[in-house]
Amino acid sequence: MSNFFNGLMRLRRGPWEMVATILIGLGVFMLMQPFVLWAYTYSFIITLIGTVMFIIVSHFKE
Amino acid sequence: MSDSPASRAAAATPPSVARKIRGLSDRAIAWIFVAPTIFLLLAINIFPLIWTINLSFTNFKANSPNREVVNVGFRNYQRILTDSDIWLNMQATAHFLFWTIFFQVIIGFTLAYLINKKFKGNDLWTTIIVLPMMLSPAVVGNFWKFLYQPQIGLFNYIIAFFTGKDPSSFEMLGSVSLAPWSIVIVDTWMWTPFVMLICLAGLRSIPDYIYEAAEVDRASKLRQFFTITIPMVLPFLMLAVLFRGIENFKMFDLVVQLTGGGPGSTTELTSINLKREAFEKWRTGYASAYAIILFVTVFGLASIYVKALNKVKER
Repeated sequence: MSNFFNGLMRLRRGPWEMVATILIGLGVFMLMQPFVLWAYTYSFIITLIGTVMFIIVSHFKE
Repeated sequence: MSDSPASRAAAATPPSVARKIRGLSDRAIAWIFVAPTIFLLLAINIFPLIWTINLSFTNFKANSPNREVVNVGFRNYQRILTDSDIWLNMQATAHFLFWTIFFQVIIGFTLAYLINKKFKGNDLWTTIIVLPMMLSPAVVGNFWKFLYQPQIGLFNYIIAFFTGKDPSSFEMLGSVSLAPWSIVIVDTWMWTPFVMLICLAGLRSIPDYIYEAAEVDRASKLRQFFTITIPMVLPFLMLAVLFRGIENFKMFDLVVQLTGGGPGSTTELTSINLKREAFEKWRTGYASAYAIILFVTVFGLASIYVKALNKVKER
């Protein structure tokens, strides 16, 4: 776990890609879940942040 | 002077052109070769994308080109993301996505596991299983429509045979509760072979010596399955899940052929709804915003897909 946070602090690709992947997954889940409308409303912005983050962090060092 | 193709090409080049080329660096020549491709990419992919993003902030209607186009800001996005009907379409898509992937993974992996065992007629069975995947979705949609016919459909007769019900007592495509399952069945029938092929590639990539070492350690078959087979095939399975997920998120042709989105809007997946907004209601700006939302979702999933693909390659 400390490796993960160290990687985040030192702007390493692996952990940041993990964060972006989680955001994309969360956004897609929020878009399609049948429980609450507000989650559907905010799904797009979460997916967009995750996707843009993924594009940026994939250029970080390993 | 040698008679190689390069020297012949050099000899055939007019002196004026040759003089110009001689002054260019290798990098410039490389750019000249790549430029047409980049131009095509920009014209066919990037320009329409930017244009769609631009339209998504307007009230443009493609059937009224002379109407004044007003910039509406994020209103189209706001309306889509607070519309409970579109939310229902998303849920219909989620139902379709979840169950097709679930059945395709279970059946696909089981088939791959069985096909991986060497037996007589192995290749013939592989070819037969893979056949549905080679058919056009329009053809598959049409013949499953016949199979689902309450009066003459084979599917209804098979269900009736096992349940004792009257074949014409239920309608797969016309019933609100059965129609979502009817499209799941057809997609599973068509695309399970694809998941099977990917799993088969994963199973065949496992070296025999790992199983032999496990045998020496007296590991049971069940333990070998859970500690060797499943972890080794998992990246391939993940790849198949992501690939099918992205494809089914965009599903259009098969469902249009089968149910057309009905009954009501129970099988109206997002892509069908999008087409209606764009080409039946002609709300081009609104449909563009809708398309951008779907695009960002698929693009995000595709990013994960590429990452998973790289992990598989590293293996």
